[in-house]
Amino acid sequence: MMTLKVNGQEHQIDAEPDTPLLYVLRDDLKLNAAKYGCGLGQCGSCTVIVDGKAVLSCVTPVLLLEGKQVTTLEGLGTASAPAPIQRAFMEEQAAQCGYCIAGMMMRAQALLQRNAKPTDEQIRAELEPNLCRCGTHMRILRAVHRAAQLMDTAALAPAEQRRAQ
Amino acid sequence: MNGPIVDRRRLLAGSGALVVSFSLTGAFAEEQGAAAAPPAPKLPGSLEKSPYLDSWIRIDADGSITIFTGKAELGQGFKTAFQQIAAEQLDVPFASLKVVTADTKLTANEGYTAGSHSTQDSGTAIQYAAAQARALLIAEAAKRLDVAPESLHTENAAVIASDGRRLSYGELVAADFLHVEADADTKPKDPAIFKVMGQPIPRVDIPAKVTGGMAYVQDLRLPDMVHARVVRPPSYGAQLADVDAAAIEKLPGVVKVVRDGNFLAVVAKKEFKAMRALAAAAKWNETAKLPKQDDLLALLTTTLKSQDHAIFERSDPSVIGQKTIEATYTRPYQSHGSIGPSCAVAQFADGAMTVWTHTQGVYPDRAAIAEMLHVPPASVRLIHTEGSGCYGHNGADDAAADAALIARALPGAPVRVQWMREQEHGWEPYGPAMVTKLKASIGADGKIADWNFAVWSNTHSMRPGGAGCLLAAQHMEKPFAVPPAKPLPLPEGGGDRNAIPLYTFPNAHVMHHFLPDMPIRISAMRGLGAYHNVFSIESFMDELADLAGADPVEFRLKHLGDPRGRDVIEKAAEQFGWHSGQQAPQDRGYGFAFARYKNLAAYCAIASEVEVNRETGRARLVRAVAAVDSGQVVNPNGLTNQIEGAIMQSSSWTLYERVSFDEHRITSIDWQTYPILRFDAVPEKIEVHIINRPGKPFLGSGETGQGPAAASLANAIANATGKRLRDLPLTRKRIKDAIDA
Repeated sequence: MMTLKVNGQEHQIDAEPDTPLLYVLRDDLKLNAAKYGCGLGQCGSCTVIVDGKAVLSCVTPVLLLEGKQVTTLEGLGTASAPAPIQRAFMEEQAAQCGYCIAGMMMRAQALLQRNAKPTDEQIRAELEPNLCRCGTHMRILRAVHRAAQLMDTAALAPAEQRRAQ
Repeated sequence: MNGPIVDRRRLLAGSGALVVSFSLTGAFAEEQGAAAAPPAPKLPGSLEKSPYLDSWIRIDADGSITIFTGKAELGQGFKTAFQQIAAEQLDVPFASLKVVTADTKLTANEGYTAGSHSTQDSGTAIQYAAAQARALLIAEAAKRLDVAPESLHTENAAVIASDGRRLSYGELVAADFLHVEADADTKPKDPAIFKVMGQPIPRVDIPAKVTGGMAYVQDLRLPDMVHARVVRPPSYGAQLADVDAAAIEKLPGVVKVVRDGNFLAVVAKKEFKAMRALAAAAKWNETAKLPKQDDLLALLTTTLKSQDHAIFERSDPSVIGQKTIEATYTRPYQSHGSIGPSCAVAQFADGAMTVWTHTQGVYPDRAAIAEMLHVPPASVRLIHTEGSGCYGHNGADDAAADAALIARALPGAPVRVQWMREQEHGWEPYGPAMVTKLKASIGADGKIADWNFAVWSNTHSMRPGGAGCLLAAQHMEKPFAVPPAKPLPLPEGGGDRNAIPLYTFPNAHVMHHFLPDMPIRISAMRGLGAYHNVFSIESFMDELADLAGADPVEFRLKHLGDPRGRDVIEKAAEQFGWHSGQQAPQDRGYGFAFARYKNLAAYCAIASEVEVNRETGRARLVRAVAAVDSGQVVNPNGLTNQIEGAIMQSSSWTLYERVSFDEHRITSIDWQTYPILRFDAVPEKIEVHIINRPGKPFLGSGETGQGPAAASLANAIANATGKRLRDLPLTRKRIKDAIDA
């Protein structure tokens, strides 16, 4: 048994220590967003945030995560109360099949948390490890730019307005 | 009222509730649809095969309305488009509708979701069915209110009289109100008054996809579900020599090892680990069976026997060419490369098999699975549930069969089968390798005098028509044989899709060398033969323009009569800023290409700008400008998304992609061995300009960009380097070698 903190909540996990985080998220915690894509750390569809950094959950053994903060897409917002990055992807219609999108969003979110105003080059460089097969790249880039703007606006707004959004 | 109202009232008497009567109605509609003789004149879209309105629309007494389509949402966004079509034609709020997609229990049999047919076939059926339903509702209201139908109008799911009296759709329907055949004379609304169609309404599936909602079959979690992994042979035809299944079954969490001949799978309570243990325990005997990867030209044009068909012939002996050139173009086997490997969930309970699958064809895949299991199709239900984008026939159908075969061995338990990355890459049926040989002459007038085109290709569809197309069935102890391949018939064609030029040439000769033997497992991949044929034709058009000393855009227009084709060419050229005599900056090049997909679906022209690094050979698409005409536009944002995606995906195929193999095994088994486009190669800009054709039929657009994007890119590389590359993919090394040659 180990304790895993995901999206602000502590969970008691009964998994072998070398189990990749992805399987714990999907099978034990029944979270949908992090996706199995390759199990090899080659495609990025399993990307989550651990202590502020984008991490490939399919190749990260769960034993390394004791005491760390894991954030998945579910932890950012919901369909009715979306986080800025989620709103941005909806507004830009930045998905076709959408299978890679959760991973893209988490990597972009990690970038925006440490760099609120990234350049286009920085966004492209950051997303390099993540693959999209439908060819939604242009929209993904636009959505990340829009998310940066939305976060900027949200940061300037009074707290009550943020809650109301 | 049109068509016979089958006397189902008696059949349904006593069944009472609408829900029950509906599920019966669905079944009846399907059977009658299959048996009905085609009425004359021809009904629009899929109404031809499933003419009863209640196969498409259900209106309940409480006013709720459900739209049914036999097509599968694959990420193209048509579910939203169909909802728009129905909302428009029924005059109901968009958000009030529910759309049910491919399900063998609920929806019409619309075959495969393929060939850019969804909106053309199913969208058209829904449009006419909804328009007719609205007319029937008006007629019913007129009767009840005792007024002329012309005095009534519809609004917000109700029929309203001039005196203000109002009957909601729910009040107007009885159990079998919509169980009538489609009327060929139905007139959909005038596009001038569209409020919902033609609008960029946000996709209904995106909110769940960007918030971690249940969106994919991978996310399906049924009570007491177990996890299964298939251990596939290491190569085609490998035989399982030995496996100690008992030792694996003793491992903690393992539920069962399922073996049937060379089909081997392990079922466990948790999905991690068990498969690796079983894979390690299995010993296989392999045979060297695969051809030489580096000699596809010889393989396709010499080694494999062909069936030769002259598919187009035009002759005008008075026109004689003066300058002649010829060229050979090749395409390797290419992978669909879904980001999410295939997955399916199956449950065998009370003699019935239910499979949740991302197959593109619930009915054909059901027939194949039923055959494999030796059970009647009626005892098997396939429910389409979205998966990762497939772009054709990937591992979806095979994963569904795997799940069914394993579930049969564990009655009651829902079984989730998840393919691994190397399985998807190693076992999916690839897009076939192709060779084209072209020869043409320019006459004194600078126009093409004669044109010869020959294509060598396997079929482009081995989709399940029977169990023999399913890996599980091929690997069973009593295996099903792979059925003989058949060429797909023209006008749509397979290997010869888009082989016949849309341009007008006085002399033209087009040959299809169909190759029945398939040394590598292949099937349908987005665009089928059109990808390579358009790449070849449009590359060669540039070679000929060069020979004639003409501008590529002007040269194309000189040979094209089709006015809608001319419009997209002119639009793309104008928006790109194309002009005769243009000169790209140093190490950059401009390219142009055009096609009408299948010569009968959407028109697409693409102008590209590339940058080539002469030191490394690396080519990068800098900018692409597309113009598309897909008839009446339903959702411009969705259409743009499809064309943008086609350009990006086709660029990836064209610059990087090739399935690799040695004599035993497929060796491109992950993203390192099968690299695809990444963000460092994403262009600065893609523009899509839509030419809307209000009131014109929908023209399939999901695949129309694949060919033009490839040729436009190749032409731009030739423009930048002065070197013509004819072998796909146009890799860094090939470009560098061409520059250095």
